[in-house]
Amino acid sequence: MSTTSDNRPLSPHLQVYRPQLTSFLSIVHRATGIFLSLGSVLLAAWLIALATGGDAADCMDRVLGSWFGKLALLAWSYALFYHLCNGIRHLVWDAGKGLEIKDVYTSGYIMVIASLLLTAAAWAVAIL
Amino acid sequence: MSLRSPLGRARGLGSAKEGVQHWWWQRLTAVALVPLTLWFVFSIACLAGAGRAEVLAWIASPVNAVGLILFLATLLHHSQLGVQVVIEDYVHAEGVKLVSMVLMKFAHVVLAVAAIFSVLKIAFGAPIGG
Repeated sequence: MSTTSDNRPLSPHLQVYRPQLTSFLSIVHRATGIFLSLGSVLLAAWLIALATGGDAADCMDRVLGSWFGKLALLAWSYALFYHLCNGIRHLVWDAGKGLEIKDVYTSGYIMVIASLLLTAAAWAVAIL
Repeated sequence: MSLRSPLGRARGLGSAKEGVQHWWWQRLTAVALVPLTLWFVFSIACLAGAGRAEVLAWIASPVNAVGLILFLATLLHHSQLGVQVVIEDYVHAEGVKLVSMVLMKFAHVVLAVAAIFSVLKIAFGAPIGG
C-alpha cells in the first residue's frame, strides 16, 4: 500500500452491511466458481485414471466410491448447478433485463430452488 | 483533453490495449457451458453403478468423445477466466500476483491437455492393462 492512498476515504467495508440475499448469493457464486475450478482437477484425474487403467483406475474407483468421494461429488454437483443457474441469472442481467430489486429477489429465490431441484434430479437418475 | 473522437479512442482500445475480450469470452463460454454441463452431469449420473468397460465404451463413442472434449475445453477456459478475476481482486502484491497468475494459467493448460488427451486415448485405443 503506497503512502499517498493512506488517508483517502474508503468505501464502506463489507461488515457494516446487514447480510442480504442479493450479496449472499453473489458471494456464493464466486465461492462455487473457485470450488468448481478445484473440482476440474478431480475431473481431469478421473479421465487420466481411466485412460491409464490398471491400479490408477482401481484407486480412483475406491476414492470416488468412499463416503468422502460421494460427499465431494454431492458438493461438486450442487456447486455446479448453483453456478449454472446463477450464471443464467447473470446472463439475463447482461441483457439488461430483471434488474429491478424486486425482480432480483424473485430470480434469486427461483435460482436457489432450481439448483436444488436439478441436483436432486441428477442424484435421482444416479441412484434409481 | 484529447482531440481524438470517441470512436477513434474506442478503436485504439485505450491504454490497456484490449477491450472487452475477457468479459465477452466469459459470457460466450458461459452460454456454451449451459447445455454442455447439463449433458455431462446427467450422462455421468446415468453411468453411476456401471462397470469400467461400460464407462470406457461411453467415453469412446464418437458423439460422447467430441462432447467431452468440447465440455473440457470450454470448462477450463471459463475456469481460468474466472480465477484470473479472483486473483486480480484479492492478490495485491505485484510479484505474488504475477507468479500466481502464471502458475494458474499453466495449471489450466496442463489440466485441459491431460484431460483431452485421456479422452482421445480412450477413444482411439484400449488402455494398457485396462
